[in-house]
Amino acid sequence: MRYDSPLAAVGNTPLVRLPRLSPSDAVSVWAKLEDRNPTGSVKDRPALHMVEQAEAEGRLTPGCTILEPTSGNTGISLAMAARLKGYRIVCVMPENTSSERRELLTMWGAEIISSPAAGGSNTAVRVAKELAAEHPDWVMLYQYGNPANAGAHYATTGPEILADLPTITHFVAGLGTTGTLMGVGRYLREKVPGVAIVAAEPRYDDLVYGLRNLDEGFVPELYDESVLTTRYSVGSQDAVRRTRELLQQEGIFAGVSTGAALHAALGVAAKADKAGERADVVFVVADGGWKYLSTGIYTAPSTEAAVAALHGQLWA
Amino acid sequence: MAIEVRIPTILRTYTDGEKSVQGAGSTLDELLTDLDSRHAGLRGRVVDGGGLRRFVNVYLNDEDVRFLDGIATKVADGDSVTILPAVAGGMA
Repeated sequence: MRYDSPLAAVGNTPLVRLPRLSPSDAVSVWAKLEDRNPTGSVKDRPALHMVEQAEAEGRLTPGCTILEPTSGNTGISLAMAARLKGYRIVCVMPENTSSERRELLTMWGAEIISSPAAGGSNTAVRVAKELAAEHPDWVMLYQYGNPANAGAHYATTGPEILADLPTITHFVAGLGTTGTLMGVGRYLREKVPGVAIVAAEPRYDDLVYGLRNLDEGFVPELYDESVLTTRYSVGSQDAVRRTRELLQQEGIFAGVSTGAALHAALGVAAKADKAGERADVVFVVADGGWKYLSTGIYTAPSTEAAVAALHGQLWA
Repeated sequence: MAIEVRIPTILRTYTDGEKSVQGAGSTLDELLTDLDSRHAGLRGRVVDGGGLRRFVNVYLNDEDVRFLDGIATKVADGDSVTILPAVAGGMA
């Protein structure tokens, strides 16, 4: 495949069957390899789409500063686009994210403002909103509420999956901004009667939730419950175990949130197999494992040791 | 046998610091009422009127009860219920 620029090479990622992890001939599990995007994550799609949408609307003009709350990947994608297009970018990121993410953001020229670990991404969102109010000239693309985030997946990820696998029965992805699930989910629901849209939500350990106030929770503005068929909470233990299985059994080196999506995908696949139904389950490999190498989870002697290594970190 | 309910840090003031407590009932609604008889105030932090509070998520065996039957969801001995605050997260 040939493209006229690096930014044009976003998307058109492979969809691969997992022969060892699929439960039977009638029930297949497929991985959509979004780590094959230019900066190595699914976030290249919404980031580029949000930037180009803001340019088209005249909100983003040469010399502008982009502001974004991010746990890493969206910031990295935006930073690359900003560098190539000539914008300054400021990212607000929880302090308990991996050092690789900080290095990558810095490498692409982003300025990082750390938000306290205690509130996780909720706090990063709050801090970014405060900064936006203080700097009205900065442009916050705001992935949690920007329709262009889900729009990118509606326009590209969904059609790619359906073209490659018209027999799809289930789509499974991690739940963060909800953009992937909302965009792909809406597209598939229009085209595939009865398709199941399944969310895998990361469940962290107590250290991350610690001081979270129940009255000041956060639900992304993009989230529309009616698009989903169901939603699973996946703990660190299962996410790490599946991330390691994906590497050991299928040779796919993915980030920890992918393990959470795989866990939910294998759950619905096993259910279909038990019920004697045919199924083609697609899940999203959101990024590769590179940014999580320093956690030691890939080489730890056991899942338990790997989970201990991850304690207190935002892994998705 | 009973139903195990995992409690988030922020609500452990109602459970004497316990991370998980046991309860009984045939629906989530009954289970929460049962818990409230020993941990007064807990139910009101999870349920508001006839439904779950907006920023509270409850999972039955890891599945979000909003996609089952909400607080009318059937529960049984051996099930595991998890209460969590709603968070921004995922690969954002």
